[in-house]
Amino acid sequence: MPAGLTLNHFLVLSLIVFAMGLFCVMSRRNAIGILMGVELILNSANINYLAFALYGGGKYDGQVFAIFVIMLAAAEAVVGLAIVLAIYQDLRTIDVDATETLSG
Amino acid sequence: MVAQAIFYLLAILIVGSSAIVAFSRNIVHSTFALLGAFMGVVGIYVLLAADFVAMVQLLVYVGGILVLTIFAVMLTQGIADVSISNRAVGRAPALVISAVAAAVMIFAVFKTPWHQGARVIVNPTTYGIGNAFLDTYALPFELASIVLLAALIGAVVISRPVDRRTQSQ
Repeated sequence: MPAGLTLNHFLVLSLIVFAMGLFCVMSRRNAIGILMGVELILNSANINYLAFALYGGGKYDGQVFAIFVIMLAAAEAVVGLAIVLAIYQDLRTIDVDATETLSG
Repeated sequence: MVAQAIFYLLAILIVGSSAIVAFSRNIVHSTFALLGAFMGVVGIYVLLAADFVAMVQLLVYVGGILVLTIFAVMLTQGIADVSISNRAVGRAPALVISAVAAAVMIFAVFKTPWHQGARVIVNPTTYGIGNAFLDTYALPFELASIVLLAALIGAVVISRPVDRRTQSQ
């Protein structure tokens, strides 16, 4: 493990990134902006996985889970952006407040 | 000492880029700042002795997701018009909730006596990850390929332009 760095360094860094992603998801009204916030949150979770994998004894489980998270993030981004583009084709906007057709 | 310096440089890069992503008024600036955040996270992975995951992150996030996001931003709307392109509402409550959540979790991190394993000797990880994928995690690995196939087909079906002739019937 890196000299002079403890587990808490990495956990605090990932928490700061998580808080930024949470703020992004809550405050953005652009659907793509919300997806970017989700990407930040997934990255922070991955930092946690790898930090615990290294400091918890060097097993490979954490790294395998990080790869699964990256794979699911890719699938989520592909489908999410496809939905955004489909909404844009129909409504000419991706403002999530304007897309209220189903709210009755 | 060197590791600490590298860590703090990467942390500044990640936190600064994430701040631009979260707070910028211009959606294009947010998108390109995402590049800095992803690259910084790659460096953190290398620092955490996860060489294979770092390369996967570089290929999938920077090479795939980021390019896809830039395409989606450019394809959707009048990006020059800031007030339309990246409207943000409820910033104050969102800021309060995020700050409180972060403070509580950082407090919990420092209060928790984490179980720490023995000091490990760092080796290249591809051998172990490959064995884990084909041994312990063989079923999730196969399921992942099905999920990716479903995402591929789903994206094509969803984003295809609606055929007005079939819709009117």
